[in-house]
Amino acid sequence: MSSNQAVTVSQLNSYIKATFEQDINLRNLYVCGEISNFKRHSPSGHLYFSLKDSKSLVRAVMFAGQAKNIQFDIKDGMNVVVFGRVSCYEASGQYQIYVEKIQPDGIGSVYLAFEQLKTKLMEEGLFDLELKKPIPRYPRKLGVVTSRTGAVIHDIKTVSAKRYPLCEIVLYPTEVQGEKAENEIVNAIEYFNQKSDVDVIIVGRGGGSIEDLWAFNKESVARAIAASRIPIISAVGHETDFTICDFVADVRAATPSAAAEIALPDAGNIKTMIDDRVNRCDILIQSIISDYTHILQASLDDLHLCGIEAQIDLNLVKVKNLRDRLKQLCSMRFNDCHHRYEVFERQLRLCSEESILRRGFSRIISDDNKSVEYENIKDNMKVRVKMSGGIFECILTNVKKDGETDNGKEKDEF
Amino acid sequence: MAKKKMNFEEYLKELEQSVETLESGSASLEEMLKVYEKGIEASKKCREILEKAKQKITICESKK
Repeated sequence: MSSNQAVTVSQLNSYIKATFEQDINLRNLYVCGEISNFKRHSPSGHLYFSLKDSKSLVRAVMFAGQAKNIQFDIKDGMNVVVFGRVSCYEASGQYQIYVEKIQPDGIGSVYLAFEQLKTKLMEEGLFDLELKKPIPRYPRKLGVVTSRTGAVIHDIKTVSAKRYPLCEIVLYPTEVQGEKAENEIVNAIEYFNQKSDVDVIIVGRGGGSIEDLWAFNKESVARAIAASRIPIISAVGHETDFTICDFVADVRAATPSAAAEIALPDAGNIKTMIDDRVNRCDILIQSIISDYTHILQASLDDLHLCGIEAQIDLNLVKVKNLRDRLKQLCSMRFNDCHHRYEVFERQLRLCSEESILRRGFSRIISDDNKSVEYENIKDNMKVRVKMSGGIFECILTNVKKDGETDNGKEKDEF
Repeated sequence: MAKKKMNFEEYLKELEQSVETLESGSASLEEMLKVYEKGIEASKKCREILEKAKQKITICESKK
């Protein structure tokens, strides 16, 4: 042995540490074993323990930062599964597991499978936010995948009846635990996608143990949800339960009621919104009408300013004056005519029979009121004499025609 | 032309559009009055649909 080939302890430990850290197999490692020599260091909060199986033992440390997330009590003798990396603490030359996560191993393999599937699907991008579909605002049909009876369908019915009874609920009943559950859930989702026209789907079940919820951690269910063209809301278990469904679904709801509230709009809000819109319409139309009224009024005012009204008034006066003048002229003309008429009438009346009779003349008429012709008179002819006062009969005697006298003497001419 | 029977969401949208048109002030008085009327009609239909709505539940019977 030669001393110049010797390395220092520090160099050795440093090398060993580097060797551990370069080994990809010693990172992101799951190790199961039994806890022993468990110590919680205070005040730092770091956890120091060993993991052992029937033949071997390995040291482990879990720093306070991750240890504070542990949800169960770690005790010696407990079987656990840890997740972390293996490295070497240089100062002591001690290799140990640096634990990031720890879970009881009662469900150890199950938990492991869960984590592994979750990682696998996440890396495939199935949980990506960009893939999440929006929930339609006013769904006409809501598909529900859950047990035929139970809290889920009951809560969904209750919430939807109060909130938005307009939406039809289509239940595809399935087993939600046990062997048959996985296939039935997948069939339900495929049915809704292919044969039904629902707008949104809720997949869920009530609370239970991790085994009860297990169907919702199955790869086939996760892929069916990812492949669904219809948005899916996941409502599995209690608030604190997280299944693979929850990650791959478009929305996760903590409870079935919450799922219904996510899926459906609130009719109360809608009514308020409608009222609000109607008010807005009323205000707007009033405002529009008011605007037009103002424009009209402004135009009328302009018109008025042009003196149109004054002109109209002026013309009205003119017309009135002309009418009056017309009346006056007509009146005068009428009086004039009337006057002339009266003159003529008077003259005419002078010519009338009555006038002549009244002047003292008499009229000789025959029985049929016609004037007696001179040629026709004879002695003893009965005639009627009309005087101003009346009529009487007389018999003609001594009828003398022109030129004849009583005794044959010539008559004097008047 | 007979009026097409619309679904709830479509009536809601028509009400919304009526408000927008009235707000834009881009049409004549007659058109605005028609739009107003259409909007009010749509709102009545919405309220009617909501009030008359009765929850309908269907259960799929899968062939096992």
